[in-house]
Order: sequence, then structure tokens, then C-alpha cells
Amino acid sequence: MAVVVNKDECIGCGACAGACPFGAIVMESDKAVITDACTVCGACVDTCPVGAITRTVEKKEIAINKDDYKGVWVYIEQVDGHARNVGYELLNEGRKLANAMKQELAAVIIGEHVDHLTKEAIARGANKVYLVEGSEFKHYSTDAYTITFADLINTYKPSVLLMGATNDGRDLGPRVSCRVTTGLTADCTNLGIDEATGLVAWTRPAFGGNIMATILCPDHRPQMGTIRPNVFKRVEPDYNLTGEVVKVASKVKAADIRTKLIEIIKEGTVACNLEEAEIIVSGGRGMGNPENFALIEELASVLGGAVGSSRAAVDAGWMSALHQVGQSGKTVGPKVYFACGISGAIQHVAGMSSSDVIIAINKDPEATIFKIANYGIVGDVLEVIPALIEEIKKIKAAH
Amino acid sequence: MEIVVCIKQVPDTTEVRIDPVTNTLIRQGVPSIVNPFDKNALEAALQLKTKYGGKVTVLSMGPPQAKEALKECLAMGADEAILMSDRAFGGSDTLATSHTLAAGIKKIGKVDIIICGKQAIDGDTAQVGPEIAEHLDITQVTYVAKIESVEGNTIRVQREHEEGYEVIDAQLPILLTVVKSINEPRTATVKGVMKANRKEITTWTVDDIVVNASAIGLKGSPTQVRRIFSPEQRVQGEMIQADSAREAAATLASRLLDAKII
Repeated sequence: MAVVVNKDECIGCGACAGACPFGAIVMESDKAVITDACTVCGACVDTCPVGAITRTVEKKEIAINKDDYKGVWVYIEQVDGHARNVGYELLNEGRKLANAMKQELAAVIIGEHVDHLTKEAIARGANKVYLVEGSEFKHYSTDAYTITFADLINTYKPSVLLMGATNDGRDLGPRVSCRVTTGLTADCTNLGIDEATGLVAWTRPAFGGNIMATILCPDHRPQMGTIRPNVFKRVEPDYNLTGEVVKVASKVKAADIRTKLIEIIKEGTVACNLEEAEIIVSGGRGMGNPENFALIEELASVLGGAVGSSRAAVDAGWMSALHQVGQSGKTVGPKVYFACGISGAIQHVAGMSSSDVIIAINKDPEATIFKIANYGIVGDVLEVIPALIEEIKKIKAAH
Repeated sequence: MEIVVCIKQVPDTTEVRIDPVTNTLIRQGVPSIVNPFDKNALEAALQLKTKYGGKVTVLSMGPPQAKEALKECLAMGADEAILMSDRAFGGSDTLATSHTLAAGIKKIGKVDIIICGKQAIDGDTAQVGPEIAEHLDITQVTYVAKIESVEGNTIRVQREHEEGYEVIDAQLPILLTVVKSINEPRTATVKGVMKANRKEITTWTVDDIVVNASAIGLKGSPTQVRRIFSPEQRVQGEMIQADSAREAAATLASRLLDAKII
């Protein structure tokens, strides 16, 4: 595959050079020239006003028999026997893919004492559950989980594999895809079926959320992706549903595991699992001092949400880095995001702009955060937040 | 201790803007920088060298202009820089990129620790690091927020997790990916820049490494970009007008109630 400029047709307007996300097009003697940085994304093709750029597709040698690979798999990540929400969200979305492909939906559960999760997966639509148990899976380890996943894939050959884009999911996903030599699309925010090919169309943000890219994996199986938590809805479980549980023996030997978990340091008392939080209340430099973050924590606790922070507040030492939202911290997509005393620097926005509803409270009416907020209040956070806490408590008490 | 730091030259995505008329990316005038997380990786490597001795090599795959990024790493204190650059590497996805970088690391020889940034700010995939480790058949710890110690063949690190930190002991050789909070990368001194200017950056082409031609570049890339488009732009919603903070809060609370948020 390659992107080619027809030099005779090129009028030297430079539109393609400006549109290339990778800066891979340069103008030489008034003609567009594609350089080594080209990733064949095709963004330039549509921008050319005279149709001088084409993307050619060459047929690859088929490495595997794709027809051997069937079914949509969802990895149910669990911690201490509790499934993370993202697995159930993906079962719902995986069901849609499985129906469109007319194939079955299966869940993969790996852990120690986790068989109680099989009925939960079936109640959420899995036709089948692959269950691998053993003390070697008590805590996540790259080695044990990769060996197990690669073995499951090589034995049962799924066509599609969905994983949550959690810290462990993004540790495991590339390791597994590399071992079975297939493509992996990271951190997706949308899934669908590409009409022309019937392949899974994986859509994800790139360039700090400035562009979206839809990726296909045409010739390798399984088609793999990690998907951000909170993007898809969970379904209510239906315990009348039935499914098959396939117990698979672990092939992991003690010597295979090259890391050892010594200790888990839980962070403070405030919730910091921002990736899975439905509501996040974030504070920035506008909170004034670390003591005022108690207001952020109180509002979060009243709403049952997690506490976030801008980089400025982390750099000032007011909050731990685990709470930081933004390009150099965490990327979140909750249902509701409160930005309190946060100006809305592009680095912060890149980490939270996919939130469903954004609420901004800032004393500066010109703050850029208001441009992306569904609701904005110009005011002193130290006055507005306590009043808001009181109002919400009133409403909660009345219901 | 032999340390390799993998770096990527990226456009400064915080400088990227969307053309409001054509709704496409405006890349003109956007500076190329060393991926910020990779600077944290280099800083971690330099600190390890200070503590335990050894050598820090920076390795990158990219077009010839990526030498600029490597030069900056030399100025920060890296001992040696290698650029893997060849048209044959063009169009690589993460699998082909990691395959190429792993071949480069094999050519470097005995390596104890490979450090990468947790992800690049242009692609944001966080995949190349773990995939390099897989190609080299060594273990990995991702999202490292602290390197506590290296004793003999064992390294102790803290790994960032959703709920806190995991303290992990691991065997060398190992690949680590690091988060921003691990350190504050040093800035190059004038002396460092002058020293870097005197250093040669080694360039390797496809002929310098041992790889299967079908495993690199476009041919070795299982994923293909089907389409690139601009995300829907958020539009400004309601600015709540009120005479007092109390009134504004009450209005907001009623909006949240209407929207079934509370």
C-alpha cells in the first residue's frame, strides 16, 4: 500500500501538506512529495482539489486462514475477584459485533477463585466463558496472563478480541498481540463493522484528541483492540440467560513469571480510579491552596464520584499525580466532569474532552474551559462549590 | 549497566490546531519535539547511570530529521545515539516499529535495562514498549513511577495502577515504560549542547540489522488506517447567569436534576 502523487496533475497548492497529520508531505518545485514519514493514512487524498493523490492497495500474502477464526471475545479483567466495569461494558458492545458477524460472543476470565464471575458474564450476554484459574493468577502479571491468553487464542481461535484500556489491559494487550502476530488498536472510543470489508472498524483519538482515526486489521487474526472504560453502556444482567463454561487448565510454570509483586500501596482515602468513575470532580490552581481541595473531595463524595486534578495542582504538590487528568496524566471520559478553578489548557482538555457533560466553575469569564462546557458558572469556587454541595444534599434528601 | 532509551520525535500536539473552515489539522508551524514521556525515560536512565555506572544509548526509528531529537538527548547526557532510518521502515504500525527497534537493540548487544516513555503524544498507543519486550523475550513493567533499586540481577520499581502503586521486583534484563511523575527531566546545559555537537549520530539502515523484510514497514504492519477525520467539536453550552453564588448553584443543581445526573 502506498500514497502516490501524480506529478502531472499536481497544481502545487499545498493543501495536502497542510492536512497531513504526520508532516510527511513537502512541497518541492511546486509539487507535493511524499516523504518517509508517510503512514499511508490517506488524510491527504480527500484534501486534493484536483484528485492528484491516490492510495494504492496491494494484495498481501495471506499468512493465516482467516476462516478458522470465529467469534467475538471479551476479556473480563478482575481485581481480587471483582470484575472491572469495562468488561461488562464490552460484553454489551461485543454482543452487537457478534450479532452483526452472526457469530458467538465469549468472555475470557482469568484469576484465582473467580468462577463466580462466569454467571455474571453469561447474564450479560456471553454464550460461552473461557475460565482459567490458579494461584499464579492471584495478581496480574504480564508473563502469566500473556502465556494464558496466547494459549487460549491459539487453541480456540477467536476472530475479534476486546479488552479494556486499563493499565493492565494496555500492559497485556500489546504483549499478546505481538506474541500471536496480529494488529492491536489502542484506546478505542468507537467500534463498528466496516461495510465494505466486514472487518471491525476500530476508531480512536490521536494527536491529543485533535484527530480521529479508524483502523482495520485485514489479514491477521484475531482483530484486537483495547477500549476505553466508560465509553459503552453496561446492560442489566439477566440471570435467565444460559451459556457454556469452558474450563481451561493453566500452562503457566512458576519459572515463567519473571516479576514478583511485593506490595500494593493504596492511595489515600479519596477515590482515584478516575478511568472508571462516572462522575469526576477536578480542581485546579484556582482552588487557591491544598486545604481548599477538601471542597473538591466533599463535592465528589456527595455525588459518589472520584477526585481529579489539573497538572498545575499536581505540580504545586496539592494533589498526588494519580489524580492528574490531561495529556501527561490520565485520559478520562466520565458521564459528568466538574472543572473547578481549571482554566482549560489544551493539555488538560485532551484528557477530558470526551466527557458526556462538562461543568465549569471559574472566576475568569474568559477561561477557555467555558468554550467546551455544557454548563458554566462564572464565580468564586470557594463560594459556588459549598452552595452546590448544599443544594445537591437537599435534592438527595428529598428523593 | 547497559541502558537503552527508545525515543520518538513527535509533533508538539499541544500546538496543533484545527482549521475551523476546513475542519482539518493545521500542522504548519508545529514544532517537532522529543516525545515528553521519552525525556522522563532518558532522565531515569541518566539517574541510574549516576547511581550504578554504565552507559546510556538512545535509539530512535524515524526519518533523517529525527537526528535533531537524538541530538537533544545527547545534550541531556546520553552517551551514544543511534537512528534507524530507511524508506523500508516507512508506514510501520506499532508491531513493525517494535520489530525494527528490537532488531536495533539486538545489534547493540548486551542490554540490562530498556526504558521507554509510557506512550508517544502523537499516536498515544503505549504499545511499542511492551512489543519490543515481547520481541526480545524479556519481561516488562509498564507505568513505572519510581525505580527504587537495582541489586544484582533484581530491580525494584513502583508501578502506577488505577488504585495506587504496586511495588514489583523483576529480573534483568527488563523493559520499563515510565510515567511523567517519575522525575523532572533535566534541561541540556550549554556544555552539554557543545559536547553533543561534537558527537556523531550513528545511522542504521535495513541492511545493518537482521530482519525479515515481511516483518517491517508497511508489509509488517497488520493494522491499516482506513480513515482520518476531525472529531466533533464541542460547542459552548449554557452560561448560568445569577446574582449570587447561591443562586447559581441552585440553578445548576436543578439543571443536573433535570438531566438525571443527580
